[in-house]
Amino acid sequence: MPSAIFEFFSDHTFRTVALGSGILGIVSGALGTFAVLRKQSLLGDAISHAALPGIALAFLLTQSKATLILVLGAALAGWIGTYFITLILQKTHLKDDSALGLILSVFFGFGLVLLTYIQKQPYANQAGLDKFLFGQAAALLERDVISMSVLSLFVLLVLLLFWKEFKLLSFNPDFGFSIGFPVKILDFMLTGLLVLAIVIGLQTVGVVLMSAMIVAPAAAARQWTDRLGRMVLLSAIFGALSGVIGAIFSSTTAKLPTGPTIVLCLTVFVIISILFASQRGLLWRWIKEQRNRRRLQVEAVLNDLLILAEQHGDIQHGHPIEVLRTMSIGHGGVDRSLQELRARNWVNQLPSGNWILTKEGYNWAKKLSGKEGNS
Amino acid sequence: MFNAQIEIQLIAIMVSLACALPGVFLVLRRMAMMSDAISHSILLGIVLAFFLTRDISSPFLVLAATLTGVLTVSLVELINKTRLVKEDAAIGLVFPALFSIGVILISRYAGNIHLDTDAVLLGELAFAPFDRFVIFGQDIGPKAFYVMLGIFIINLVFILVFFKELKLATFDAALAAAFGFSPGLIHYGLMSLVSITAVGAFDAVGSILVVALMIGPPMTAYLLTDRLSWMLVLSGFLGMLSAILGYWLAHFLDVSIAGSMATMVGIIFLVVFLVAPQNGLIAIARRKSRQKIDFAIEMLLVHLLNHEGLPEAERECRVNHLPEHFHWEQSLIDKVVTQAEGKNYIDREKDFLILTESGQKLAERSIIR
Repeated sequence: MPSAIFEFFSDHTFRTVALGSGILGIVSGALGTFAVLRKQSLLGDAISHAALPGIALAFLLTQSKATLILVLGAALAGWIGTYFITLILQKTHLKDDSALGLILSVFFGFGLVLLTYIQKQPYANQAGLDKFLFGQAAALLERDVISMSVLSLFVLLVLLLFWKEFKLLSFNPDFGFSIGFPVKILDFMLTGLLVLAIVIGLQTVGVVLMSAMIVAPAAAARQWTDRLGRMVLLSAIFGALSGVIGAIFSSTTAKLPTGPTIVLCLTVFVIISILFASQRGLLWRWIKEQRNRRRLQVEAVLNDLLILAEQHGDIQHGHPIEVLRTMSIGHGGVDRSLQELRARNWVNQLPSGNWILTKEGYNWAKKLSGKEGNS
Repeated sequence: MFNAQIEIQLIAIMVSLACALPGVFLVLRRMAMMSDAISHSILLGIVLAFFLTRDISSPFLVLAATLTGVLTVSLVELINKTRLVKEDAAIGLVFPALFSIGVILISRYAGNIHLDTDAVLLGELAFAPFDRFVIFGQDIGPKAFYVMLGIFIINLVFILVFFKELKLATFDAALAAAFGFSPGLIHYGLMSLVSITAVGAFDAVGSILVVALMIGPPMTAYLLTDRLSWMLVLSGFLGMLSAILGYWLAHFLDVSIAGSMATMVGIIFLVVFLVAPQNGLIAIARRKSRQKIDFAIEMLLVHLLNHEGLPEAERECRVNHLPEHFHWEQSLIDKVVTQAEGKNYIDREKDFLILTESGQKLAERSIIR
């Protein structure tokens, strides 16, 4: 098996495909972080669908299938779609979800009209435009990957150059505006970068699933960190890993389309992150909850013993476990709590089976109840 | 016109009617993107049911697809409940995953049978009339028409029966809950309708254009009316219009029918967006310039009122003094003076302005206000 993998990476075609998918993962992961943080997750969906007529028009006008030309057409259409969405939101009472859905489906429909129109034309080379629907990493050529790399480098470079500004824009645009940042221009730039990141990936992943490349890596990365820099880095890593793994699977297995395979890899990353991420993950949260519950149960028993001791005015007076159980109705766990408290030497069991506070336990109980504010 | 042409248009009309009804509530409840999610993920249900029954026309396919649609909604809600990702991100996570599984299953195991991803995604209305509905040996028309008719009736009945509940839950969910209408029940009822409609329609128009027909006409109608009942009627009408115009556009250009229907939805929206009487761009722009001039007229009248009969009136109440006083552009001044004169608020003696009685009244009212 290791030798098979080695063979793989030495294979030229495969290297191209893996490189292309990896690059796309990095860019969409990095830009997706900002989209998710700015609550624009579904904007990616709309942009990728809106890009379709741009691809078809670029081909109709130039009759070329060069990546750069198609990508520029796609970017232009994607940007126009975004502009329409903003216009609808500004000028009407319609809400963002409606605007996204309308632009997404209408642009896609128009793209479909153009694609079917192209199919009827007597061009020699129109075949293969429909790979933009689902993507086809296996069809990536070296020059495609070079175009993708150049565009990606550009996108990442701009992102780095305006890092501070984009950060401000994502977390507190109002503050940015008040201290004189050109918020509108920055917003335009960041959206432009997102559009570019999306159209870079269209050829590999396809129009329909590109949105997942934007949302999923960022959603997974979000679970592991609260810092923007780390989140972008992690998101890019998740994106790249999924891209490469997906490309490997789909090019080694017959009849396994690339886009869906990459998306499923990403979904696995998301599920793992949601379940097992430290601090935020569901498992972590559950463990923390259990611990808190135990602690409260133990403290409740300690407090009950304190109340009883104070009522009797005698710390040496023992109390049967049934009394404690009655007082703990609703939370329970009295037996375990007593064992734990005894292990800490805060309570003691009399030969009669009744329980008393030790001197140390009494002091602790005082301290805890004082801190909690109930006499 | 051939018979097939009429049949295709009838199917298209039925699809657009059936889509528009639940679409109104999606738009109003801010859940438009849910239709996108549902229409994609039902593919998985269709594929799974096909593997079980090995029959592409089995009613189980519809059932399974509807269940997958509802599953999508509950998965999104489940993820939302963890509060680990934002709501829009949750939608963006769930449906690509389910759709991907569906696509992979199809391309690996379904071979060359009728089920292929292009058909699901794009639909092909032109082939719909080939599938006939035969009852007692009698051919009574294309099957797709009767399927969509049935779905339309289901949608219509649901909305008519629960109109009050839907209305209340849509506009004031908290009050609806306080009255004891379960918001969850209404929500899932509506989502089931969306799923059923998407399943029925994807065959004809494809899963992405279902979204156009569900969202577009209600959005357009929402620009034209604020009444729910009117919005429902208008959406249905606009949907039908897009269907028929879209069909003929496709006919003349020889392109995808579903695609050109969606394009028509967009064009109709654009037209209404521009010319809607209350909410259109043109109406808004005109209202704005109207308000600007009305306000300027009032300012002029107040200015005249302030100086009339006083020694400085000779200087202040002249047209050529206005640029200095108001800093208005000459074109605005011309407009304001002409309109004020036309409305009989002022009289003009060469370039000296005098308030008329009604002009004086308006100026006094303006000051008090």
